[in-house]
Amino acid sequence: MQMQEYINIFIKAVFIENMALAFFLGMCTFMACSKKVETAIGLGLAVIFVLGFTVPLNNLVYNGLLKEGALAWVPLLGPSLAGYDLSFLGFIVYIGTIAATVQLLEMLLDRFVPKLYVALGVFLPLITVNCAILGAVLFMVERDYSFTESVVFGLGNGVGWALAIVALAAIREKLAYSNIPDGLRGLGITFIVTGLMAIGFLAFSGIQL
Amino acid sequence: MNGKANRGGHGLQKQGLYQAKRGTSGDGTVPAFALSEKMKFLRELQDKQYELFFKKGKPLEKFFPLYEANDTFLYTPGDVTKGASHVRDGLDLKRMMMTVVSALGLCMLMAMYNTGYQAFLAIEGGAAPLDSWQSSLYLTMGWEFSTSSIIGCLLYGAFFYIPIYAVTLVAGGLFEALFAIVRRHEINEGFLVTSALFPLILAPTIPLWQVALGISFGVVVAKEMFGGVGMNFLNPALSARAFLFFAYPVQISGDKVWIAAQTSPDGYSGATLLALAAHGLEIVETGLTSGIYALQQSGFTWWDAFLGRIPGSMGETSTLFCLVGAAVLIVTRIGSWRTMAGCVVGSFVMILTLNAVGSDTNPIFDVPFYWHWVLGGFAFGTVFMATDPVTSAFTETGKLIYGFCIGVLGILIRVINPAYPEGWMLAILFMNMFAPLIDHFMIQANIRRRAARYAA
Repeated sequence: MQMQEYINIFIKAVFIENMALAFFLGMCTFMACSKKVETAIGLGLAVIFVLGFTVPLNNLVYNGLLKEGALAWVPLLGPSLAGYDLSFLGFIVYIGTIAATVQLLEMLLDRFVPKLYVALGVFLPLITVNCAILGAVLFMVERDYSFTESVVFGLGNGVGWALAIVALAAIREKLAYSNIPDGLRGLGITFIVTGLMAIGFLAFSGIQL
Repeated sequence: MNGKANRGGHGLQKQGLYQAKRGTSGDGTVPAFALSEKMKFLRELQDKQYELFFKKGKPLEKFFPLYEANDTFLYTPGDVTKGASHVRDGLDLKRMMMTVVSALGLCMLMAMYNTGYQAFLAIEGGAAPLDSWQSSLYLTMGWEFSTSSIIGCLLYGAFFYIPIYAVTLVAGGLFEALFAIVRRHEINEGFLVTSALFPLILAPTIPLWQVALGISFGVVVAKEMFGGVGMNFLNPALSARAFLFFAYPVQISGDKVWIAAQTSPDGYSGATLLALAAHGLEIVETGLTSGIYALQQSGFTWWDAFLGRIPGSMGETSTLFCLVGAAVLIVTRIGSWRTMAGCVVGSFVMILTLNAVGSDTNPIFDVPFYWHWVLGGFAFGTVFMATDPVTSAFTETGKLIYGFCIGVLGILIRVINPAYPEGWMLAILFMNMFAPLIDHFMIQANIRRRAARYAA
């Protein structure tokens, strides 16, 4: 039954509550890095990694440090610290965790996949402030997921976002052959495509899991 | 050479200047084949119109696309291939689109017949006729609400179908012509296909303003903004329907819209068979809620569903006529058998899986494949929507994968998503988005394979 629960969270994060196309989070990178499928795949993988890593990490931080009564585990001081509720520090702590993870990812990419590192350029450090990442973390906190659930949730959101950006990139490559009105070329038509894709994703909107 | 160019009208020249070249010039060369006297008259009439109004510098110059549309409708365009690529087939886009429209012919007839038939069936079952001009006109003409008269059914259905079709043509055509004139491209028969498909996937009772709104969205946002026929990535008819589906769910889903009579849950129910199956019916002896049992008790047989005498969107109910359409499309090689086969196999696999998994809470899980295949938009969508050459995958293997994914997803949405048992069309729309991606991977794989072959 537990397994069933995880599968539900995953499918929900990928299709029904897709970060990019249902919540429209992480739009800046979504628009800017979707010109080529290869770049989009790279960025998608990076987002999957960052989400899959930071959401559980922040889950630990939240449950172990910030939540009301979370500090009870501290030896000796536990009982006196249990009364503190540090969740007001949430935003800054989450962002700090995310920034550290992205820094790590950047160094790894630079060392092992320099081509992708160059292709992603400034958007890699910008993943730090990608609202899809922080959004997923905040959803995790709001829904009070357990550690395993947050791993599944993070990965699911990453996969969903990656799927959306890769599909968008393929569509944009195809649009190179289209005759788009001058005023809409570039970002304009990308917004319209994103909207139309969101209509497509609405097909899953009624599913109850 | 000249004779060949003389055959046709004034196709827009892609490479040359717009309107720079004319088909029939005044140099007096005789066409390669003889035109009959009547045809000559028509040709001369066209030429005269061109000289007087539509030529560059003449008063109606801006409306040249309208003239061009008419001209190439009557005559084969005179364009010839320039540059490196070679056309291997005499079939041009216009003829191709017209083939699709004619393949839809039987479905259109069925749309009218079944709309009337379902309404009369409901009326005979105790529902009141709709309080609308259709009913009054029908009665004034001296007809009765009776399922036994085929002509009566056709006529009553036509009162619903034809206004919807007309609104589609006018509203969509207006935008099509507007874009063609402003953006200086051809008016393409692609629109005829869109406008033929669109009414067939609507409920007969849909308000006409919604029809106009829907097709306008489909034509403008899903197609013309991308440059017109061949340049869009979503099927315009499907996007139009999806737009209406999400914007006005009351008029295009539920139990009240599929039958042109006043149905009610406690009187004569107007639910589609898929909705019935999704809702399920309790088998008294075992106490289980079963989807297949609900279908068996619905009053409609499998043959009714196969022939199309069930409630549903106007043109999509008849699996038989969709099969005829499929045969036409496959024989003329306009629709890809790969896409269709992919859909069938994908849905088959998915249905068997769901049958095997089973569910205590979701009755539609137990509906077998031979029922799934005759219900809802399965046949119509698979034959006419999924095979759209523009929005499906281009590569041959890609088409198989594309179709397979539609089959799997369509059944999933139908079964898992309680909100949209009529979700087949949504699955196709969803896969439209991923068709370019499938192509991308297919092409990459091909490049890799060939590179490996030549490297060795």
